[in-house]
Amino acid sequence: MSAISLSLPTRLSRLRGANNEGVLALVLLALIVGMSIANPVFFTLPTAFSILRSSIVPLIFALGVLMVIISGGIDVSFAAIAVFAAYTTVQMHQNGAPDLGLVAAFLLALLIGASLGAINGFLIARFRLSTLIVTLGTQGIFKGALLTYVGSRYVADLPDSMAAVSTTNLFAVDTASGGAYLHILVVPAVLMAVGLAWVLRYTMFGRSIYAIGGDVEAARRAGIRVVRTQMVVYVIAGTMAAVGGMIYVIMERSASPQILVGSELDIIAAVVLGGASIFGGRGSVLGTTLGVLLVQVIFNSLILAGVPSAWQRTAVGLLLILGVGIQAITSRKSSRAKVMDETIQKQEVPA
Amino acid sequence: MTSIAHDKPTQPLLEVRNIVKTFGGVTALSGVTLDLLPGEVLCLAGENGCGKSTLIKIISGAEKPDSGEIIVDGISHSSMDTTNAIKNGIQVIYQDFSLFPNLTVAENIVLTSAVASRRHTYSQRAARPAAQAIVEELGLKLDLDADVEQLSVADKQLTAICRALVSDARILIMDEPTTALTHTEVERLFIIVERLRARGVGLIFVSHKLDEVLKISQRVAILRSGKNVVTDLASTLTPRTIALHMTGLELDESRNISELPPESGVVLELDRMSLEGAYQDVSFTLRRGEILGVTGLLGSGRTEIAESLFGVVPHESGIIKIDGSPVRIHSISDAIKAGIGYVPEDRLTQGLFMDKSIADNIIAGSPDEHATRLRMLDLRAVRETIQALFARLRVKAPNVQAPVRSLSGGNAQRVVLAKWLARRPRILMLNGPTVGVDIGSKAEILGILRAEAAEGMGIIIISDDAPELVACCHRVLVVRNGRVVDILEGDDVAIDTIREKVAA
Repeated sequence: MSAISLSLPTRLSRLRGANNEGVLALVLLALIVGMSIANPVFFTLPTAFSILRSSIVPLIFALGVLMVIISGGIDVSFAAIAVFAAYTTVQMHQNGAPDLGLVAAFLLALLIGASLGAINGFLIARFRLSTLIVTLGTQGIFKGALLTYVGSRYVADLPDSMAAVSTTNLFAVDTASGGAYLHILVVPAVLMAVGLAWVLRYTMFGRSIYAIGGDVEAARRAGIRVVRTQMVVYVIAGTMAAVGGMIYVIMERSASPQILVGSELDIIAAVVLGGASIFGGRGSVLGTTLGVLLVQVIFNSLILAGVPSAWQRTAVGLLLILGVGIQAITSRKSSRAKVMDETIQKQEVPA
Repeated sequence: MTSIAHDKPTQPLLEVRNIVKTFGGVTALSGVTLDLLPGEVLCLAGENGCGKSTLIKIISGAEKPDSGEIIVDGISHSSMDTTNAIKNGIQVIYQDFSLFPNLTVAENIVLTSAVASRRHTYSQRAARPAAQAIVEELGLKLDLDADVEQLSVADKQLTAICRALVSDARILIMDEPTTALTHTEVERLFIIVERLRARGVGLIFVSHKLDEVLKISQRVAILRSGKNVVTDLASTLTPRTIALHMTGLELDESRNISELPPESGVVLELDRMSLEGAYQDVSFTLRRGEILGVTGLLGSGRTEIAESLFGVVPHESGIIKIDGSPVRIHSISDAIKAGIGYVPEDRLTQGLFMDKSIADNIIAGSPDEHATRLRMLDLRAVRETIQALFARLRVKAPNVQAPVRSLSGGNAQRVVLAKWLARRPRILMLNGPTVGVDIGSKAEILGILRAEAAEGMGIIIISDDAPELVACCHRVLVVRNGRVVDILEGDDVAIDTIREKVAA
């Protein structure tokens, strides 16, 4: 084999990325180009900023879910945690507590999110229960407790400190097709994405999450503190869900206990589309970000194309099965090709 | 007497003294004593369930002994924990290697030591040179950037060895290190072991392959029912004496085949069977009552031939005749209909429902054979088959309701056999029938196969294990590069001839 034929596949596979990030970026690009040609309204700064705006909350949720999925679990309770944390914080103010200020309000929400995440983590790590079952259970418990003990009313007026943020833009540009506004809250989303990417790649905690997702028993034998790591994973996931919930409430300028729960599929789909393996051990922040953007671009495209919003769910479902199906089939093919390759190599080398 | 050349007394790396361990009233170890010198390979031998695994777990800190002491470098410990064991330079390479399939070779090599040092950050850039250094020091060829799940079994093992050495292991315990390796790979492993010895590492080998053990180890410690039986220099032992100490019984591993009656007909005939990329022009016959061995290197096509006969990867050209008439085998159900059975290589993942009972597993493959006229299960026939096979194969378990997961390797293999015998196939193919099985069980499994053959079944054994082929096969096919290059018969069926032909 010549040097070129060796290096080309390596170069290609590097471009493709460990979790097919390259392929995903290509699909996203193709979709954007296609939509822009079909509908010139699509290729404008306002559309771009509005897609970014609508990606903020899904991205934050997706980052938490990504971490859980890498560790070999699945979390369907994050939306319930988000609502619980955000609505409780708003409701405190409704019930006469003074305006805490933005920072304190966020801290309170984070504390609630962390505590609820700790409940998940405790049940999962300590008793080694199935993560899907535990989070399905806690999802119901959290939402039920919220409605029973905190309140069920729709709240239209947020505390002033929170309401103020909802109208703050990072910057505004006047374009021919109207004003384009980039919401200030993309900043925390980007910071969290960068932060998680760093943690996953450069800390022992991050590598332990991958190790546990790869093989729990091997992780235990290697001396990784599995129970503690899992606890921390779910606490952080709960905290991130709370941030997502707060930002959602701020951007909607209202709070209701009925929001978010039920939209978990879109988030999990985005994470899995982003190359995270549902069996654990694989996934990246870049892939998840691309997955979230892809889902949002598709939503936006469907709206521009005049497709009824009821079809959005169908689209996500289709996308999920297509995306994961193609990944599974290509990996099966490549592993078969590899076995054949090895067989041939072994035959060529005289023993 | 020690195995070290110098006369000055060497302090043992590791000593265990009078270790006792009971599990809920069952005594696993009753006062086991052992020592390991620097630069020696000590083989730990014993039948399944003799306490080897428990002893390893105690040394590595996975279990705590009830009494006794563990002395490392002259310092006594009443028990170990995992972290402490690693700090003391004790590393275990488990049979499944305990690697992370989703991480690269480099990261697998360094991660454990990074965990042990309680560091908080991890740098790929710093990790790679450390992994590279150890790989080069041992003179290995490993792709550091490949994901471990893409490696061959032999390379996974080398990765595990490197990982142990990065954590400065001086006491390396290897559980069944050669089971999944081919002959050539074993020899490569032994070269690495010699290099480790030269570095002063002490190794404990747990293995069932006695001829290999005797080749590589300096001393052999034999356990039986949780007690030391013998610890002696390897040079003074033979596979036969070891087997005697392990089982307390005189076992015969020598050639023992029945005379085929001249009138016994051909049950299977292959004529130029081919599959592109796997094997070419494979022709042979199998007679009723005959045990035919198929051997060759891993990747030679020997497994693919069997899988084609069983319809897993259908052949492309050539003719398969059963009892003289051509049959078409394009799927597993075709093969089963034709009366062919196949016990796969990896019995634990392919052959058994691990959490189901022995009874359910025995009957799982043959619902049709136990159906009433109304297509319902004939429960009485089911019970009879289960009891008959359970007794005939002497599965060591409290009763047929025990889950297969609770059985040792040898007993699990008997359940796989029972599952196939329940269908009464005309031709039974077995791939590595005694891999990972202790010597006592091995002799019994071969005995069962001989008995089935004597009743007229045609049996094909695919195996690397030359002594096993010699012990029970009438003829041995040697497969190389996808072609049958030799058919050994009569006196040619000998250990040395087989190894020579395979490696040629």
